Amino acid sequence: MSAVVSLSNVHKSFGAVQVLRGVSFEVGPGEVVAVIGASGSGKSTALRCINALETVDSGEITVCGHKVHDPALDRRALRRDVGIVFQSYNLFPHLTVAQNIMLAPTCVKDMGKAEARKLAESVLARVGLSEKADNYPEQLSGGQQQRVAIARSLAMQPKLMLFDEVTSALDPQLTGEVLRVMEDLARGGMSMILVTHEMAFARKVASKVIFMHQGKVWETGPGAMLDDPQTQELREFLHNGL
Amino acid sequence: MSYQFDFSALLPYWPVFLQGVWLTLKLSALATVFGFVVGTLCAIARADGPPWLKTVVAIYVETIRNTPLLVQIFLVYFGFASLGLKVTANTAAVAALVVNVGAYTCEIVRAGLESIHKSQLEAAECLGLTRTQTYWHVIVRPAIERVYPALTSQYVLLMLASSITSQISAEELTAVANRIQSDTFRSFETYIVTGALYIVLSFVVRAAFTLFGLVIFPRRRKLGTAI
Amino acid sequence: MSLTPVHLQFIAIGGLWTIGLSAIAFIGGSIIGFALALARISPSPLVRRLAAGYIQIVQGTPLLVTLFLFYFGLAVIGLDRLPAIVAAGFGLVVYSSAFLAEIWRGCLESVPKTQWEAAECLALTRWQRMTRVILPQAMRIATAPTVGFLVQIVKNTSLASVVGFVELAQAGKLVNNTIFEPFTVFIVVAAFYFVICYPLSAWSRSLERKLNVGRR
Ligand SMILES: Nc1ncnc2c1ncn2[C@@H]1O[C@H](COP(=O)(O)OP(=O)(O)OP(=O)(O)O)[C@@H](O)[C@H]1O
Ligand SMILES: [Mg+2]
Repeated sequence: MSAVVSLSNVHKSFGAVQVLRGVSFEVGPGEVVAVIGASGSGKSTALRCINALETVDSGEITVCGHKVHDPALDRRALRRDVGIVFQSYNLFPHLTVAQNIMLAPTCVKDMGKAEARKLAESVLARVGLSEKADNYPEQLSGGQQQRVAIARSLAMQPKLMLFDEVTSALDPQLTGEVLRVMEDLARGGMSMILVTHEMAFARKVASKVIFMHQGKVWETGPGAMLDDPQTQELREFLHNGL
Repeated sequence: MSYQFDFSALLPYWPVFLQGVWLTLKLSALATVFGFVVGTLCAIARADGPPWLKTVVAIYVETIRNTPLLVQIFLVYFGFASLGLKVTANTAAVAALVVNVGAYTCEIVRAGLESIHKSQLEAAECLGLTRTQTYWHVIVRPAIERVYPALTSQYVLLMLASSITSQISAEELTAVANRIQSDTFRSFETYIVTGALYIVLSFVVRAAFTLFGLVIFPRRRKLGTAI
Repeated sequence: MSLTPVHLQFIAIGGLWTIGLSAIAFIGGSIIGFALALARISPSPLVRRLAAGYIQIVQGTPLLVTLFLFYFGLAVIGLDRLPAIVAAGFGLVVYSSAFLAEIWRGCLESVPKTQWEAAECLALTRWQRMTRVILPQAMRIATAPTVGFLVQIVKNTSLASVVGFVELAQAGKLVNNTIFEPFTVFIVVAAFYFVICYPLSAWSRSLERKLNVGRR
């Protein structure tokens, strides 16, 4: 079966700053890929390129059959297949939790209100927040907001989920509840790319770990790679913590 | 539509237009300087004055901000004349503009004063400055620096609003234009030229304020940002 | 001679015209101003620049001159028999549209970029992003300054008197011409304006306070 995501020799610069300098990797169906690397190594930029939030300078990206590098890309079609969750949740503050989740299915998939509400309740149950459906985002803790953000993406039934440091803004005890949701998703067979600083989580859940350094994929391997780094840079990265 | 534009009829009048531009600049500069002084004093009174003075200033500000400049101008010019205080149109114009822009300045500077922390005051008092010195250096100056962009916009608006004083035939650009159009009968062209001159003026005034700000607020010059 | 009830009634009718003209200026200005605000944040640089140019020109011209331009401009295209309210209405609509556009652009831009992105990533169209995500948030911020600008509109309708429209200020002037009691007459006129404007100012301030409390 072909890859859900494939990047081949992707370059991306912001002005004079070369952020991605020939990035290539693949994500197979049901695979969970953890991307690690120092701050500024280009992890977020890579994720944003995959979701066409940034346009690449050169190289090819294919996601669920969409040619993302193609200027004629149908972005909306791509985004129906790809869910993304950010570090800062980005929930819509003027909508309740349920409305946040129902917005895309009703707008994009022309789903009826009642059906969308049922869908919202079911995804909320998956992230363990059924009782918060009618609260506003500001009434929730950071961990709860992040789980709502995940639920909001899940409601579109994506084929691929992207997570960009989704626990970095959270206290340790709130981090756990979000990671559990992601682990469930992984076990359920969702294809995922997660940028993370949680090494233990990457080791446990990821089928593949990608270490990025200076805009390149420096080292790739199974979760166990973290116990036996091959390159000096990864060794230093793991040693110095973040 | 068979109208023939004819700007050439206005050509002989360009010195008159320029004269109008000069008069408008003079009028608005006067109003700005005095309006700034009045407004700042009112803001200080409103922030730290005795209660009765606070009330008086509040009434002044609210009255001015909720009535049109045109009516204020009529009141000053015709009203005071009827009370036996004979003033020229130009004096009335300056007076009305000062009273008007003073109220707006007061509101803007007050917002600036409120954004400065009182703890700064104590810190400065510890350095042995007198109360007035402290107040000026630690509260008023930084407050004005902070609201300088808002003041700039207000004074550009004032320059444009000074055109209203043409209604009592004060000497400025719009009054000059009124005279030119009645001389030449090229009304539309006259006001197109006048409008264009005001647009240039508003750019010039804004630029002048920016430059002036760089001179009087060295911090802005060095850091390129407000406090 | 002194101010009689008949004069007062005449001034009061002028006050009604002031309110009517303000409504025209606000409604017309809102429609054009909203389109301009959208144009100011359009993805197309040309559209953005055109809108910015219009706004700069209007904001750089005194309303008085704008009114003269419409008054004589309408005559130029052969429409010189129209009632005064037409030129006054056009002038004020154009004036309001530029200022409302700038106020609203600021409100639209104050919604964080991440909200646009989040909506984009959910496959919403640009229109849906705008109407379902950005506008509801921007409108909350926009009410206070919009009501505040309404006060400016009401006051500025007084300039419609220069094209011969009899609103509050012009009514006062006409009454003064017959009784020559400028002090009394213009105090009364100012009081009328104050009664219209002050509640709006107070409302705008309380809206702003509420918003600040809500944000903390
Ligand atoms: N929109 C942008 N404009 C200019 N430079 C950018 C932009 N976005 C990212 N960069 C730069 O690109 C580089 C890589 O950024 P990126 O966010 O991809 O890093 P990261 O690996 O996600 O780091 P972190 O762990 O801090 O999130 C950084 O040097 C950043 O300053
Ligand atoms: Mg990042």
